[in-house]
Amino acid sequence: MKRLPPQPCERINRKQRLSFKWHGRWYSGFAGDTLASAMLVNDVTPVARSFKYGRRRGIMAAGVEEPNALVTLESGSHHHTPNVRATDAELYEEMQVQAASGVPSLEHDIRAWLKPLHRFMSAGFYYKTFKAPKNWWPWYEKGLRRFSGFSAAPSEPDAEHYDHQYHHADIAVVGAGPAGMAAALAAAQGGARVILLDERPAPGGEMVSDCATDQQARQWFEATRQALETQANVSILTRTTAYALHDYNLLLALERRQDHLALKARNPQHSRQRSHRIRARQVILATGSHERPLLFANNDLSGIMLASAVRRYLHEYAVLCGDEVVIAGNNDSIYVLASELLNAGVRPVVVDSRDSSLDTAALQQRGAVVRTNHAIIEAVGSSRVTAVRIAEIRQTGNRWDIVSLKETLPCNLVALSGGFSPVVHLDCHTGSRPVFSGEFQAFMPACDRPNRFVAGSVNAHPDWAGCRDDGMHAAASALAALALTPSSPAEKPRRKSLGTGPFLYLSHKPDKVFLDMQNDVKASDIAQAIAENYRSIEHIKRYTALGFGTDQGKTGNVNGIAVASAVTGIPMEQIGTTTFRPMYTPVTMGALAGEETGLLYDPQRFTPMQHSHVQAGAQFEVVGQWMRPWYFPQGDEDLHTAVARECQAARQSLAMMDASTLGKIDIQGPDARELLARVYTNAWAKLAPGKCRYGLMCDENGMIIDDGVTACVSDTHFIMTTTTGGAARVYAHLERWHQTEWPELRVCFTSVTDHWSTTAVVGPKARRLMEKICSDIDFSVEAFPFMDWREGTVLGVPARVMRISFSGELSYEINVQANYGRYIWDQVHEIGQAWNITPYGTESMHVLRAEKGYIIVGQDTDGSITPHDAGMGWAVARNKPYPFIGLRSLSRSDTARADRKQLVGLLTADPDTVLPEGCQLVRHPEDSAMLGHVTSSYHSPTLQRSIAMAVVRNGFALQGETIYARPVSGETLPVLIRDTNFYDAGKEQLDGER
Amino acid sequence: MFLITCPYCGEAREEQEFSYAGEALIKRAPLDSSDAEWGDYLFNRNNTKGPTLEQWQHTLGCRKLFMVERNNVTNDILAIKTFESLRSDS
Ligand SMILES: [Zn+2]
Repeated sequence: MKRLPPQPCERINRKQRLSFKWHGRWYSGFAGDTLASAMLVNDVTPVARSFKYGRRRGIMAAGVEEPNALVTLESGSHHHTPNVRATDAELYEEMQVQAASGVPSLEHDIRAWLKPLHRFMSAGFYYKTFKAPKNWWPWYEKGLRRFSGFSAAPSEPDAEHYDHQYHHADIAVVGAGPAGMAAALAAAQGGARVILLDERPAPGGEMVSDCATDQQARQWFEATRQALETQANVSILTRTTAYALHDYNLLLALERRQDHLALKARNPQHSRQRSHRIRARQVILATGSHERPLLFANNDLSGIMLASAVRRYLHEYAVLCGDEVVIAGNNDSIYVLASELLNAGVRPVVVDSRDSSLDTAALQQRGAVVRTNHAIIEAVGSSRVTAVRIAEIRQTGNRWDIVSLKETLPCNLVALSGGFSPVVHLDCHTGSRPVFSGEFQAFMPACDRPNRFVAGSVNAHPDWAGCRDDGMHAAASALAALALTPSSPAEKPRRKSLGTGPFLYLSHKPDKVFLDMQNDVKASDIAQAIAENYRSIEHIKRYTALGFGTDQGKTGNVNGIAVASAVTGIPMEQIGTTTFRPMYTPVTMGALAGEETGLLYDPQRFTPMQHSHVQAGAQFEVVGQWMRPWYFPQGDEDLHTAVARECQAARQSLAMMDASTLGKIDIQGPDARELLARVYTNAWAKLAPGKCRYGLMCDENGMIIDDGVTACVSDTHFIMTTTTGGAARVYAHLERWHQTEWPELRVCFTSVTDHWSTTAVVGPKARRLMEKICSDIDFSVEAFPFMDWREGTVLGVPARVMRISFSGELSYEINVQANYGRYIWDQVHEIGQAWNITPYGTESMHVLRAEKGYIIVGQDTDGSITPHDAGMGWAVARNKPYPFIGLRSLSRSDTARADRKQLVGLLTADPDTVLPEGCQLVRHPEDSAMLGHVTSSYHSPTLQRSIAMAVVRNGFALQGETIYARPVSGETLPVLIRDTNFYDAGKEQLDGER
Repeated sequence: MFLITCPYCGEAREEQEFSYAGEALIKRAPLDSSDAEWGDYLFNRNNTKGPTLEQWQHTLGCRKLFMVERNNVTNDILAIKTFESLRSDS
């Protein structure tokens, strides 16, 4: 292989030499080279080892369809990039490159040493071989993992960042070949706002090769390129791959902004890659086509390439991929390459499988050899191709036969053209199925979704002029759909024909005929899958792994379908294709995440007291999106010690808690009371202003979904509190029932969670403190009983003080406008020092409530627990005038049966054993049938022993009996079932110190 | 990732602004229905392929619920109606 003298349309800059390192050795190329073109010119081979058999592989294509040449860039560094296709990676200075394959190395792959065994390693080999014994699976997995996959995943944090951009366009054009360029220009001249995307560094597509030989092409290309650049209403995004097309023309595209720059030249202010979300009123897909290789034995040898790739390397990079060339194919495009190779001084042998009537006399005069009705049946070579065997062939019906074996042609390059597969991927992402065309021997885009057009080679136009005209026609149609008028009329162009012949599969040495190079799927594997009775192409794909690689079978899938057709005798159109799903080419996780990483990954919510909590040294836990203090360690206290101290303060003197995160919904309107009665299980008719009530909320299935205290402000005004995690869900629940089922109720809801902040003052001394900080409320037991609330002034701030309790102790919740939250918290903390007031977090809150047997919805309930199951039948008012949500379900046979799982208390025989939450419970030590599980479990500092809550089948009836807990690790433990109220059953603590 | 025109806000907005809120026009079974009838109302849905009647809520907008007739194969939206208009029709 060599670099030719300057070519007319080459895209390399010979003045700028770049060096790159491949497996420890330095090589050089030019600016404008892809890594692949630089590797070709330096004769780097092999570039990869195959997935299953460790076969040596070379570069096959010149674009994203490349199956073999996967590499790792900047291995092990903060720029480590796995599985990059050398064919579309632009070379940059000091690029560090390693093969993505080879176990243990590219030069010596053990999989290749197992060659005598390869014939046993056909489709399903792994499923069948590594099946028994079952307990060896982990060892099989460990061993096989070493041989699977390509590049290692990055081990270091990514040095670069990513972002997203949103666009709206009248017309989005995907692909800037002749069709896309013509479409974009015509659309823009017609007045549309246009966005033009192309995956390559510059527009032109495959047309660059035409420009090299065709003066007219070059003139049109230059003029159009300039016109596009000056047209104000066109934005051109190069190095940008449209990777998904979703409903209503939402086009997703990945722009590689810095991947082509030397590491040192990358701007740390700029994102490495950008994901574009484009909403387009019309989409024109000018996505082109991929050439297919041909099927013959050893068709995977290094030096066997796609003809169009040979052409691109020649014209764009001035690389001659070989000087002893066989061109084989089934369509007219092979003669174009032959002529261009002759220009470059090479005399190719052209092997045409058709009985071609083309006049090739001129080519032959110039030195080319032409064989029609011939095909390659086998390639020869070990590390790369050295010769091909060709044969005369004949087609009878659908069958191909070898008439006679002819000659062996020595060569160092084989260029193949098995026809062209339109890039239908994007068109299929919204569910369309491609349609097989016998005329073009290809699956064509259905293009049956609204506001979408296809143009150019994806629409089977083989030549640049046809593509151009088709692009203009698509633009005219898109403009008409937008009620705009094209500046010049465009007629639907007639397609030229390449005369593509039918798929050719000779079944000669089928276990050496490779379809999917990346996954080592051979023609014999397809035949075997069919023999094992796989029929659907989707099943054949999964059994053989056809098209499972990072290339998603761009070169192999359609040939695989052709082989399936040849083996089964079912026509291609009936076999159909597998499903094309996003992404078209791999997209980095970074680009998908964009800037939504780290702190921006998910919003964090803080209460107004956050800074005080941080200063107090609180440890935090995430509840929903809230950051809540978990516990407040002093000195080097651990969780256990801190919680013991915090609980003791709440039970014996004074403690405080930030309860601001509870959901709060302000409910107003003449029918507010009626609404409450319908959504809660208990009665609300008599709740007077100044009173609060605990409510239990069920879904229509009768299962508990939320609980909380609601305060009556006036007959038409209530404040509902919800669980911290359930606030948004409850809010939506109320709205849905109101808007869809009860529109006649005159009621409004407002979420006021963030408007109020809540400091809970808890403990026997709570009244003492409240009396000191609020003088306009009478805190005596008689004047301010449990479950009342009062409006007053606390520390000079208007406040609503609720006497409610989630601990069983005397407790006041001071609600103030949120901006005063931290002031109140800090003042309470300071003034409370007289009683050594102790802040506590969620862990102590959980322990205190569990000691009292109060449930936490979502922890002690799981959507299958009714109020009765939770032992809260007292909260169900069955005789309300309008039935509440869930009432009817409570009498369903399954919901009403006595032996449901019921919430009970558990005591372990050993008071120091704290059962793990989720721990399974059984009736007898030897049982395997599960009776229930532990929902809450703590060490209780108050009781100086462990306590637990659990749901147990028929648990109420089992109270007083011993059942058994079976933690995942450890022995089976006896546990006593009892009620859930472990502490102060007589409610003597509730009024605190009088 | 389709667009929904909220009949209250009057603008076509991204699907992400909305929440699916179940099949529309399910008639709530009466309280005196049998367990079988009540169970059918609670648990059984039509699960139609093709045009379906759905409830959607403009959760990140006006928070109103409305009815969308959507072809769940193609995601084409065939009609959008407010429940008010449905009630006044009947
Ligand atoms: Zn709206």
